[in-house]
Amino acid sequence: MYVAVKGGEAAIDNAHRLLAEIRRGDLAVPDLTVAQIREQMRLLVDRVMTEGSLYDPDLAALALKQARGDVVEAVFLVRAYRTTLPRFGATEALDTGAMTLARRISATFKDLPGGQVLGPTFDYTHRLVDFALADGAVPEPAAEAEPEADAAACPRVTDLLGQAGLLEPSPPDDGAPVGDLTREPVDYPADRAVRLQGLARGDEGFILALGYSTQRGYGRTHPFVGEIRVGTVELDFTPEELGFPVSLGTVDMTECQMINQFHGHGAVPPQFTRGYGLVFGQGERKAMAMALVDRSLRAAELGEAVVVPAQDQEFVLAHCDSLQATGFVEHMKLPHYVDFQAELELVRRLRAEHAARTAEPDEPTLREAAE
Amino acid sequence: MAHTLAPQLAHGFADPVHDGQAVFRAAMEALSRPGRIRPLDTALTPPAPLTPELAAVALALIDADTPVWLDAPLRAEPAVAGFLRFHTGAPIVASPGQAAFALIADPARCPAFTDFAQGTPAYPDASATLILAVETLSDATGLAFVGPGIRGTVCLDAGPLPADWASRWAANHSGFPLGVDCLLVAPGRLAGLPRSARPVTPEAIPCT
Amino acid sequence: MNSQVQIQVTPSPGTGYNFAYLDEGTKRMIRRAILKAIAIPGYQVPFAAREMPMPYGWGTGGVQVTAAILGASDVLKVIDQGADDTTNAVSIRRFFTATAGVATTTRTAEATVIQTRHRIPEAPLAEGQVLVYQVPIPEPLRFLEPRETETRQLHALAEYGLMHVKLYEDIARHGHIATTYAYPVEVAGRYVMDPSPTPKFDNPKMDDCPALQLFGAGREKRIYAIPPYTRVRSLDFEDHPFRVQSFDRPCALCGAGDVYLDEVVLDDAGGRMFVCSDTDHCETRRADGHTGEAA
Repeated sequence: MYVAVKGGEAAIDNAHRLLAEIRRGDLAVPDLTVAQIREQMRLLVDRVMTEGSLYDPDLAALALKQARGDVVEAVFLVRAYRTTLPRFGATEALDTGAMTLARRISATFKDLPGGQVLGPTFDYTHRLVDFALADGAVPEPAAEAEPEADAAACPRVTDLLGQAGLLEPSPPDDGAPVGDLTREPVDYPADRAVRLQGLARGDEGFILALGYSTQRGYGRTHPFVGEIRVGTVELDFTPEELGFPVSLGTVDMTECQMINQFHGHGAVPPQFTRGYGLVFGQGERKAMAMALVDRSLRAAELGEAVVVPAQDQEFVLAHCDSLQATGFVEHMKLPHYVDFQAELELVRRLRAEHAARTAEPDEPTLREAAE
Repeated sequence: MAHTLAPQLAHGFADPVHDGQAVFRAAMEALSRPGRIRPLDTALTPPAPLTPELAAVALALIDADTPVWLDAPLRAEPAVAGFLRFHTGAPIVASPGQAAFALIADPARCPAFTDFAQGTPAYPDASATLILAVETLSDATGLAFVGPGIRGTVCLDAGPLPADWASRWAANHSGFPLGVDCLLVAPGRLAGLPRSARPVTPEAIPCT
Repeated sequence: MNSQVQIQVTPSPGTGYNFAYLDEGTKRMIRRAILKAIAIPGYQVPFAAREMPMPYGWGTGGVQVTAAILGASDVLKVIDQGADDTTNAVSIRRFFTATAGVATTTRTAEATVIQTRHRIPEAPLAEGQVLVYQVPIPEPLRFLEPRETETRQLHALAEYGLMHVKLYEDIARHGHIATTYAYPVEVAGRYVMDPSPTPKFDNPKMDDCPALQLFGAGREKRIYAIPPYTRVRSLDFEDHPFRVQSFDRPCALCGAGDVYLDEVVLDDAGGRMFVCSDTDHCETRRADGHTGEAA
């Protein structure tokens, strides 16, 4: 007798045990520690924290270990964990102007107060595989700079331009509650804060490609890197019962301010406009791409026609989330035989009718009769 | 904060998870089958004139995300707002139009339905739910309704109700998909009337 | 934040999570959306879907709806493609067994809550039952108009001409309406609704159904509902009335002739057999002594 072959509990359990064994790999090779991932795969950890919307390097490192290095899967683990955490409130806005800088560059001015700080960067490295690393070479200590003067000596480039009115001012804080797309479904058109949240959580590859498309003519915004700064920012929180902010500690952040040509319209004089990117840890590629797309998504607000994908907020926000995208793409693995059967039945019927028509071209009524 | 907890403050649900679920399911059944009267058991002893059933539905459905409007008798007793604030964290609003939920202890003087949020054509769900504490509920007499959730026709009578109850409902339904939804709670029982319920002349169709 | 409101958690034995996984605040938010969905049959209520510990597209909407309505005394059935033993159905059932400890069943008649993907059980549903559908794309107009801002307006205006044009173009091209699953329906004379990717065979079961039908789309963040005893009409034309699929043979195992069948490939020489997609229905019939040609 025929017995349908279907997956049962035992199959699922066995598959997961096999996964655990494969994840560990060769037992003769030492187990990777969370600290090793956190310290030596830091940029990966940063990306998982950014797209996972949770600043916790150890958790992100553990997620990467559990996910066998699959970034999207690690982001998934972090997000699913994040959903279960109690929410105590929102911090004060970060003051990135007061950032303790590890790196700071501007492409718009050769020199500026505070100077350019190259810091730890792949820029200008020659991409030659360093075979010495395979043998565990220990790097020589980096040169120490003189301790930097206070942060006021390193104002944001956008603040310098803003003083001359050449750059649009940042909109003042109107005190209105900031939207949160994890707490409310996105209602289009979404305001800029919600868009930035979506972009920050968005898949780096997707945001990168969209930003790139604007440089190739799909909604060109004439961008310049006003400034990229990487460093440590203080996180302040005002508990209800205290009424004044207290420091919760620091987070590592990368901020990118793009400044973009703008011809003005109506009462608005020609000036530069802003595109903004902000991510956890060191993530310059993502921050820059985010800033390009942010500026592009401001098209409607700045009176520009919305014609390309990177200007279309519904297109961008509905498709940038790697978890939504991977879930729906990968759900095609689930059984669809009921729907496929429905399509099979239709195609068979259409083919039979087509065959009948072809065989007897003089009987146009056959199609109706066949229904 | 624990130090503000008045010793006489009435308790919330003994088992917030399962009590809340049971009250929600009763409300869900009530709105799914308009006019059908269902049991609603609760051990709550809230400050009067908040009835145990009003309190139970409130605790099950409202929280810090849902502005709540209280009718005059409920507003007149500060312990009612204190009870609701403590157990739900819901903001209590002055105008019916701002409310997601309205708690009504004196249904005969319920403000016009149109004073409450009706939703918008794009978002008809952005509308108020009215919870009215009535003294009596009967499905033997009263206004007859047809519509989704109703097999044939259903009658629902409650008391006290505003004098213009029949014309209110006709108007509320005629604005569909806009309008308000009502839960009528009586001691130990509740019934629902969503905006989809269409009042009909009882002579025309006998109650089934 | 109101520090007087305590986080209410009744951990399920052994999981460390709240009963049915979701926290009470999330459940309340979903419950409010369900009540509005019931009051406005067929209208898609936006809700703040949470990130669940299973992927988007794998039933997170249905799981959230089920988690929000489930009580300790409920009896849960989970099916995928009509079957209780498909891997994702097994996985979701285990999720609720672990987090809510509720009783589960494969028997349609015994269940109080049935979560489904792609099928409506063959056995008639009863009052007191709730059918929860997992929905991938809740918007029936999505493939005609990709923009949410546009489709929302079309629903607001009850402007469904696009859908009729699409169905009519099918007829012009193929002689048939070429939609075989996720076949659009009009609910209570107002909203056009996507029944989820059930085969159109199941559409008539939605009409005047004694059970409450709830639809959850997690990735798209929408909940909608059909109350019991509600008119659900499959869109069609006078000269091309709606018809369901029919099979030219009965189930090979139980002999049922009025059910939806799975096609099973037996060999590489064109061998096929057709068996009930609804495994519980098939087993119940066989237990009652019905047999098919392969039994």
